[in-house]
Amino acid sequence: MLRRLLFALPLLGFAAVAVWFLHGLGRDPAAIPSALIDKPVPEFRLPPLEGSGKPALAAQDLRGRVALVNFYASWCAPCRIEHPLLMRIAAEKRVALYGIAYKDGMAESRRFLAQLGDPYAAIGWDGDGRVAIDWGVYGVPETFVVDRAGRIRHRHVGPLSDDTMAKVIVPMIARLERE
Amino acid sequence: MRMRSAALVLLALLMPAVSGAVMPGEQLADPALEARAREISRDLRCQVCQNQSIDDSNAPLAADLRRLVRERVQRGETNAQVLDHVVARYGDYVRLTPPLRPDTVLLWAAPALILVAGVLGIAIALRRRTTAGAPEAPPLSDEERRALRRLVGGDDGKRAG
Repeated sequence: MLRRLLFALPLLGFAAVAVWFLHGLGRDPAAIPSALIDKPVPEFRLPPLEGSGKPALAAQDLRGRVALVNFYASWCAPCRIEHPLLMRIAAEKRVALYGIAYKDGMAESRRFLAQLGDPYAAIGWDGDGRVAIDWGVYGVPETFVVDRAGRIRHRHVGPLSDDTMAKVIVPMIARLERE
Repeated sequence: MRMRSAALVLLALLMPAVSGAVMPGEQLADPALEARAREISRDLRCQVCQNQSIDDSNAPLAADLRRLVRERVQRGETNAQVLDHVVARYGDYVRLTPPLRPDTVLLWAAPALILVAGVLGIAIALRRRTTAGAPEAPPLSDEERRALRRLVGGDDGKRAG
């Protein structure tokens, strides 16, 4: 009996690895965990997006209120996909929504917001992408949830969807507001 | 004298253009620093392409990180300091050689462990085959010996001559 089990061992091993790989197929290889979770927002002071009529953005602006920080660019197609959702978030006024224009021309960024609407309470212009590197951003769009103490609590890579908003972001905001 | 300083200025102006032919405008003038920057870059993963180092990748973010690495090297930081600076922002995943820590010991030891397990497995299998698989045969009896000689045509056989 024991001997027969021994023969089944490679088969069992294969089955275990197969299940593991199958599970891996469903995972998003682009979703790398942020190194900055639970760390304070990196120190930064960005110039405003001239002509947008919005104030500039610096690290200390992200204190006192739960905030979403959205890295976007006019040249980024997925940013256009998530933009209507950002407009709705802004209209609901549930959280402070800030924008950081990533490696973009001022004029292009202004045109982007003129076309699709400007959901941001303040906009920092990160022309060379240096501040984005400090945030560990590796592509746009990326959205960070910052708590009232100015700590990064969550990072979402790629365009926000209604699904992630309802399942992840909104419950998280509610939790952080109670903290 | 004026001519000489003018020539030097001209040379200095041309330098980046010459090195830029290899990697446009990115290289450091000091070859030792440039070599260190490349060594660091080869260990940093391009997060966009994931399986390329920033030294290999054409992604814009990789170019930004190469520039960052060169700035830090030029500022006099050690290789470890530059790597730590990037790891603090992008996490351990950004390193192409993961650090050796309690939670990564299994990762580093896995090849050796698998090798040892394989060698042990083969050794056990071989031993079982020689001991249990083929027991020593009892010696032939006189009767059997005679029969054998008959079969192979020994001088004891009663063959018709």
